[in-house]
Formats: sequence, C-alpha cells, structure tokens
Amino acid sequence: MSKLMLLGDEAVAQAAMDAGLSGMYAYPGTPSTEIMEYIQASRVASDKNIIREWSANEKTAMEAALGMSYTGKRSMVAMKHVGLNVAADGFINSAMTGVNGGLIVVAADDPSMHSSQNEQDSRFYGKFAFVPTFEPSSQQEAYNMIFEAFETSEKYKVPVLFRITTRLAHSRSAVEQNDEVKQNDFSLPSELRQFVLLPAIARKKYKGLLANYEAIANDDKFQKNNFYIDGEDKSFGIVACGLAYNYLAENCRREKCKHPVIKIGSYPVREDLLGRLKEECDEIIVLEEGYPLVEELMRGYPSSSYKIRGRLDGSVPRDGELNPNIVAKALGMNSLYGEEVPGIVRKRPPSLCKGCGHADMYNALNTALEEHGPGKVFSDIGCYTLGALPPFNAINSCVDMGASVTMAVGAADGGLFPSVAVIGDSTFTHSGMTGLLDAVIKKSPVTIIISDNSTTGMTGGQKSHATNRLESICEGLGVEKEHIRVIIPLRKNHDENTEVIKEELVYKGVSVIISQRECIQTAARRRKKEREKK
Amino acid sequence: MKNDIILSGVGGQGILSIAAVIGYAAVENNLYLKQAEVHGMSQRGGDVQSHFRLSDHPVASDLIPYGEADLILSVEPMESLRYLPWLSAEGWLVTNSNPFVNIPDYPDTGELMTEIKKVKNNLIVDADSIAREAGSGKAANIVMLGAASHFLELPVESIENAIRKLFGKKGTEVIDLNLKALHAGRDQFTN
Ligand SMILES: Cc1ncc(C[n+]2csc(CCOP(=O)(O)OP(=O)(O)O)c2C)c(N)n1
Repeated sequence: MSKLMLLGDEAVAQAAMDAGLSGMYAYPGTPSTEIMEYIQASRVASDKNIIREWSANEKTAMEAALGMSYTGKRSMVAMKHVGLNVAADGFINSAMTGVNGGLIVVAADDPSMHSSQNEQDSRFYGKFAFVPTFEPSSQQEAYNMIFEAFETSEKYKVPVLFRITTRLAHSRSAVEQNDEVKQNDFSLPSELRQFVLLPAIARKKYKGLLANYEAIANDDKFQKNNFYIDGEDKSFGIVACGLAYNYLAENCRREKCKHPVIKIGSYPVREDLLGRLKEECDEIIVLEEGYPLVEELMRGYPSSSYKIRGRLDGSVPRDGELNPNIVAKALGMNSLYGEEVPGIVRKRPPSLCKGCGHADMYNALNTALEEHGPGKVFSDIGCYTLGALPPFNAINSCVDMGASVTMAVGAADGGLFPSVAVIGDSTFTHSGMTGLLDAVIKKSPVTIIISDNSTTGMTGGQKSHATNRLESICEGLGVEKEHIRVIIPLRKNHDENTEVIKEELVYKGVSVIISQRECIQTAARRRKKEREKK
Repeated sequence: MKNDIILSGVGGQGILSIAAVIGYAAVENNLYLKQAEVHGMSQRGGDVQSHFRLSDHPVASDLIPYGEADLILSVEPMESLRYLPWLSAEGWLVTNSNPFVNIPDYPDTGELMTEIKKVKNNLIVDADSIAREAGSGKAANIVMLGAASHFLELPVESIENAIRKLFGKKGTEVIDLNLKALHAGRDQFTN
C-alpha cells in the first residue's frame, strides 16, 4: 500500500479511521488539535459517516465518546494534556464502568510548555485510573498502536490512554497503512447495569478493574511493546520510554547500542522485564519524556544503594523535553555544538495580529480602568492572554480555562472592586458559563468582558460553540438584560466603548460586556473561500 | 547520505510551504524523512522553525542534534542567526536579506549582515526583490528555496515537480511563476 506523509497527530487520526472508528470527539488544544481536524477534512470519514464535531469542552467530549462506546461502537476522544484535567472525572470513572465498543483517550502532552501552562505527564493519569497506556515513539508506531489500542480496549473492556508528546504530534514522516477494519455494529452492553456506578456495583467493578490491570501487566501481546535488546557493555543499562528511544538511537548512529536497552511503549510494564536489567547491569539510566515515572518505579522505596540515574539525580534535567544532546550527555557520549547565538538576536514573542479586536478591547479597558488603578483584571486562556504583554500589560491572571470568571467572583468576595474578568468566546462556553451562574446567584459585583472573535483563535480558528449565542446564554443564566452590553472593538469606537465599560465597572452586580468583532484571520480565510467559490 | 535542514522565519511567513516542496521532492526520490514543525502559540508573529531531516537511511530523532545541520534556510535575516548552535562547521547559512520587523528592539540591519557574514558559508539573497521581478512578492520563499537548492541533496527536477504538485490546484500561471522564482533564486549562487 502507498505511504502517507503524516504528522503524528494525523497518523493517530488516519489509524483510527482505518481501525473502524465510528465517533471522534475533541476540544481543540495544542498539540492535539490536528487529530480532529484531519478527520473533519477527510473524505473517507465523510463516506464512512464518522461522527466528528467539536465538543464544548474535554469533559463533554470524553462522556460523549463513552456514550458512543456504550452502543458497541469504537470511539476516540482527543485533548491536550491539561484537557485531561477537565475530563478527569469522566475518564477515571469510565475505567470503573468499563466500555462496550473500544474507547481510546488521546492525551497530547507538551513538555517544555511550547503552548501550555504546565508540562504534566499524562502517563500518571493512566496509572491513577488503572488504564492501559500506549506511548508510541514514531508516526508509524502511533499508527500501528491505535489498532492495538482498540483491540486491548475491547479485550479488557476498559478505555485505553494514548499518550503522545509535542515532538511526535507535530512531526511528519512516512506511514504505511494497514488493512481496514469494519466499524462495529450497534449493540447494547450485555449487562445493562454495567454503567451504573452505585456504590454496591462500583465496589465489585473496582475489584474487576484491579484484576484487569494486573492481567494486562502479564499479557504477552500487550507486553510486546516493551522489549529487551541485549548489549555487551553491562556497566549500565538503559530504559528508553516513547520518544526517548529515538534520541538514544540517534546517538548510537546506525550502530547497535553497546549497552542493554529496554524500550518501553506501553504501561503497565511487566516487573520482571525491568528486574532483569537491574540484575544484569551495574547501573541503570532511565530516559523518559516527562516526569520520572519509570525512574521512580525502579528506584523503589526505601531507596537502595543500587544506582538508578535519570531526572531525579540530575543526569537528565528535571524539567523540559528531551533532545538528542541531553540524551548524549546523560550517556556520557560526545556531541557537537555550533556557534553561540550572537547577542544582537532579540526575542520575538508571539503577539496579537495587526487589526485584532482583542487589542481595541484592551485599549478601551485600560482607559476605563485608569481611575481605579492596576491589579483588577483576571483573564483566561486564548489569543487574548497576549494582553499580559506590552504594550497592554492589561491582565493579572491566566490559570485554567474559565478561571477568569470564578477568580473575579472570589476576589470580589475578598473586597476587590472593581473585579473584572476577560474571557474569550470559546473559553466562555468551555468553562465560563458555570462560573457566571455562580456570580448571578450571589449577585457578585463583577464585570465580565467576553472578547468574542467568533472563533477558537489560539488553536487555529476552529468553530466556536458561542457564536451568535452569547447574549441569549447570559440572559438565560440570569444576567440582567440592561447589564448585557455589546460593543464593537474598533479604534473609532474607543471613547464610546470606554464609556460603556466605565458604566459597568461601577455597577454593583453582575454585568457582561460582549466585545464582538470577528477574528481577522478567520475573516480573511472566510473571504478567500467565498472568492474561490464564485 | 543525509541532509539536515533548519527552516526558519516568523509565524505567517510560509516556511511550511517550503517544507512541503522539499517533502514532495524527497518522496519522489524514495528518501526517508522526518520533519518537526511548530504549531500553536508561536505562530502568532513569533519565531518559528522546522527541523527537516532527509536521509537514505531511516531517521531516528525528529530533532536535529546541535552542530549537525547541513543547512539553515531562513526567510528572515535575524531568524537565521537564532539557529547557529545547530549549524555544522561546514554547513551553509542561506537567508533572505529583508527583515521582518514586528518588535520594538529589532537590531540594526548592518550589524545583522556583519554577523551573518561571519558564518563561514553564507549566502544572502534579496528574495523579495527577486520574487517581485519574477512576478509576485509572495514567491519570496520559493526564491529562497531556489537559492538553497544547491545545498539540498535533491535533483532540481524533483523540486520542480514538487512545485507543480503543491501549486497544481492554482493553475499553470501560479506554477510558472513559482518555477521562475525557483530558478531566479537558484541563479543567486554558482558552484
Ligand atoms: C483545558 C484546556 N483545553 C484547551 C486548551 C487549549 N486552548 C488554549 S486557548 C484555546 C482557545 C481559546 O479560544 P477563545 O476563548 O475563543 O479565544 P481566542 O483564542 O479566539 O482569542 C484553547 C482551545 C487549554 N489551554 N486548556
């Protein structure tokens, strides 16, 4: 079969479609976004009638995927690592209910925080939920493992976690396709109480889940992803998880590694495999992208005199993503370095586009707040977070999606006045609405600015659930009609907009200002499409 | 054979279409490749780069190790310098001379050129003017690809085919313009 040139994300997407996927669910988030985008753009997906709409957030996506699995069909849900925090309740309890059709949860981690608030390692969620976890090291492996992940999920009737990281998600390489698997037929779970986690049922199910996890640790097929490669130099052995294996191979050039190596591609890892390395080698170096999960496992407690090296003893930096040079250093191998970056090279941070509506909104807000002084604005995650940088210096927080609204409520409780939230439209329907309900119920003196560019801009302009619905949502949640104000963020409206904001800032109840102008990037793409149609 | 390339520029300058052309050409020649791209946050006018690795053997790492890049191909002069730690002692730095100024403290262009010329193998190309002469300023990235094509282990015919493939949908006029841009760029250097 012909080869495709695919990003890691696209390999995951293509594999799922080839492996009999019936429903794809996701909320955008770097570096996971291209999985859904690829399926949405795919002619094959449309021919096969694969469900593929964005969800309001990761929790709704996770639960919808579980519902699809309930009907016996294969489903997948994808998110960035912090999205799994939002989906965690559904995720962890889906391990308790188990699945009917195969269910894959893709979590795309972002070590080094290229586009994220933290670098949490999703493998811990797999362990926490007692869910088998796959960690591919290449695009082809990602493709192949998706088939296996569906099989594992259906064999053990558990959801499966599929962990990738930025470098794989956003790196392109050739992928060879497998034969297609047909979609599952509709079938209800054989036991109709399977998904009812009443305590009496849950206690039974939990024992089953624990037994399952142990069985998977001893499943020969599953454990084939973890294997031992012998080497003559036993002064130290190497454990390489996921992508770390590539960096090891890079340093060995095209030769075989002199040291024994265990490559890890799925978890839980069979204990005797790791034990063998410990027996045969004087020391072990653990190379893993993310937190020291395997390293901690191998160290045990109380820590013995046996030397396990890795992120915890400083052989590998404690934070940040790996690269070939970090791995070379950890292994005591030579590596090169070109010239230093000349001093005149300046930082070039991302910035709001020329003509962006967020900029005009911030200019008006800054003017309106002059008389109140600094430190009054909670914000959120999206393009508008760039309001934290010069020339705006307009916001005082960016924590997690939706937190602007709720932090403003809490700070108002603590005596901050005025207390302002700035949130994007997609972020508002992701997690801002529930906080607004809190505010309405307690009549908080807060001013909430929804900076509505009618798209999910930061992640590349996906459709926003909020478009054309914001006023009615706010009204429905109980915000007084006269305190729902709509402004158009343009330079020529600056004075007028500043006045509106000033008025609402001093209102001692909930007000919402919807600052509404389409994202210039989305608008340009839309116009281009319209022109091409003509 | 191996060809490790760093493509660099500013978000929105179109380095990914250069990558796409090299990708098609590599596939035509049955080469192995890995290409790490930057998506997300930095695309908003920040610095972006792509690690492009071609080889006649399977490629292990998605990232090029320091000191091993054979080529830095940059569509912006300051950005070409940001990746010097990756450039090998014998590697080439090929850059557009036209700065993209979107920061208040952008350095003096004269000083930038001085720094670029300190690199042993450098080629500075006024891609914007050459592209305009070829028919459209938008083709500056293809001009740069043409200039750098001397240092790619790919036959120029494959690069031409790749351009035909990439711009196929846009019609013969666009294809011809880009082929012209490619060759105008290529003429900027003679072995
Ligand atoms: C839980 C979670 N999910 C997803 C993301 C990724 N993400 C960051 S900003 C953003 C989109 C924000 O869109 P919007 O609120 O409309 O603002 P815009 O970028 O359009 O200004 C997304 C999806 C995240 N950081 N956290």
